[in-house]
Amino acid sequence: MSAAADSFLERAPLELRDWAVQLLPAPLQWISHHLITIVAVLAVFGLFFAFTTVAERKLLGRLQNRLGPNRAGLPKFSILPWHIRHKLFGLSQPFADAVKALTKEDIVPAAADKVLHFLAPVVVVGFSLMTFAVLPFGRNLIPVELDAALLYFFAAGSASELAIFMAGWSSRNKYSLLAAMRALAQLISYELPLILSVVPVVLVASTLSTSAIVQAQGAWTFGVLPHWFVFTPWGFAGFIIFLISALAESNRSPFDLPEAESELVAGHLTEYSGFKYALFFMAEYFGLTALSGLGVTVFLGGWQAPCELLYWVPSYLWFMGKLILMIMLFIWVRGTLLRLRIDQLTRLSWQFLVPLALLNVGNAAFWALTAQWSGPLQLVRWAVSAAIVIVPFLVIGRSLSAGYAPRTYRYAP
Amino acid sequence: MLGSGIIKGLAVTAKNFLGSYHDPARMVTVEYPEQPTVLPEAYRNFPFLISEDAADPMGTLRCVSCQICEKECPPQCIVIEKSKDKKPDATGKPQLYPLTFNIDISVCMSCQICVEVCPFDAIKMDKVFEVAVTNRFDGLLLTRDQLAKPNSYYHDIHPAEAAEVDERLAAERKAAEEKAKAAAAAKAAAAAAKATPTPKPSDGPTEASAKGGTAA
Repeated sequence: MSAAADSFLERAPLELRDWAVQLLPAPLQWISHHLITIVAVLAVFGLFFAFTTVAERKLLGRLQNRLGPNRAGLPKFSILPWHIRHKLFGLSQPFADAVKALTKEDIVPAAADKVLHFLAPVVVVGFSLMTFAVLPFGRNLIPVELDAALLYFFAAGSASELAIFMAGWSSRNKYSLLAAMRALAQLISYELPLILSVVPVVLVASTLSTSAIVQAQGAWTFGVLPHWFVFTPWGFAGFIIFLISALAESNRSPFDLPEAESELVAGHLTEYSGFKYALFFMAEYFGLTALSGLGVTVFLGGWQAPCELLYWVPSYLWFMGKLILMIMLFIWVRGTLLRLRIDQLTRLSWQFLVPLALLNVGNAAFWALTAQWSGPLQLVRWAVSAAIVIVPFLVIGRSLSAGYAPRTYRYAP
Repeated sequence: MLGSGIIKGLAVTAKNFLGSYHDPARMVTVEYPEQPTVLPEAYRNFPFLISEDAADPMGTLRCVSCQICEKECPPQCIVIEKSKDKKPDATGKPQLYPLTFNIDISVCMSCQICVEVCPFDAIKMDKVFEVAVTNRFDGLLLTRDQLAKPNSYYHDIHPAEAAEVDERLAAERKAAEEKAKAAAAAKAAAAAAKATPTPKPSDGPTEASAKGGTAA
């Protein structure tokens, strides 16, 4: 096991960084060490963002029986005598989009608060990138090793709400302001279940450090059943609550109310054009990626392999694979569900997710207290924990949907 | 149970996703410039002129430049100039032909009225929709050389309709031939009858034949 942990592929990114650092003079080594990490995160997740957009468009297309973008190939350079005519399956689409966004006119409304209007996209991208600092991408790959990593993650993540309100207020546009208020209401409502869904993990792993949480999930029963937290009753419930809250936190369908174009034009982005708009778009995807990364870290075992036989695969590949699956799940949900109304949205959070998440904290406390139960008591432990998840879900679900579902249609067949 | 609808919905989209890779009924997109589009039989776009012979389109136009379509065209996009001389048509009868036959397709509204009023089945609706040009004035003004297309082309684009038109034309030509034959026979009989009796010194028959001639 330790041989795999020290394998060449596992260490390659770090070796590369150390080699690059020792080329520089000694006084610059400390700063360049960190700069290289930042550049690597920016490059990897910048490209990841670019291909997420094209994957999202292609996947959404397939979900709706369309093809999705498949036209953008390589541009024809007049200096070259030949031209690659292959369309590359439309994979160069994000670069065409980037060029488009860069060359578009940047319009700032005359009445806007110019400084805040400019600052908002910068701040939103900045804060959404900061959350990547504490995600363990691999066994040895974590930009900053913090003891209170989860706390830091949520602090940096919720700061982007500030930027959204900055954007809405500084645009001096009624739609923008209304949308920003909505966004704030939504983000604050869902911040609570999001954090409460992670608290059980903190309780059981008794640490706030993300790398320690991943290490706590690094074992297998019979070598095939991973000890990921999602495979416990409280972990599963927490994961589902986390997924729903993460969708709402990243302003994605079905919780994309702040950008409900039929009601609010383009929400807080109404007065943004060109590259600033692209920055907001980018921040949204960075936020989604970071939250998915946290979900992977906290519930899906982070960089741990799903079974002992596959331990030799480099850990960062497992992390990226799980991250891609999470993002695909989010895209799938976006292609399926309809947008909620604002009252339904807040009701779902306060009457459904928050009580369940609170009960789940108690559930995790029970799990942590019964850690030494064994034999038949182990079955009792699982049954009690599962009951604490399922019974409140059924009760609250029934009371919530009473009078609403199943809906009967009077005129449609 | 709360959430069962969401799972059902996810199953529907998952079926769409998987089906789009193997089920042609789920993936109906036609990638147009590479894949040809299949147009419905009744599709129509702009009119064209029918010529009988592909080898000599200008010589065998069905159009006799009667100018009915020009007069009926609601947006007045047809311009016809009659010929001074007459040329034999498909049946050998001398007819006028269009010296100029222009259709301005930037004005044409594809109403098909020209086709409906044409007594000679000389103008029909085409199916060509890739008509983009770089000059919107001269490029969209189609002349008779561009408009003339052989009857076989008409059979290609509207097989049922073309067959019906051909049948009708053939029947009409046959009837005309028989009539002409009958008329010739009657004339011959009359001439024979005229030749046998002794001629009367009156100009009545000539007057009658002149009248008949104008009526015919």
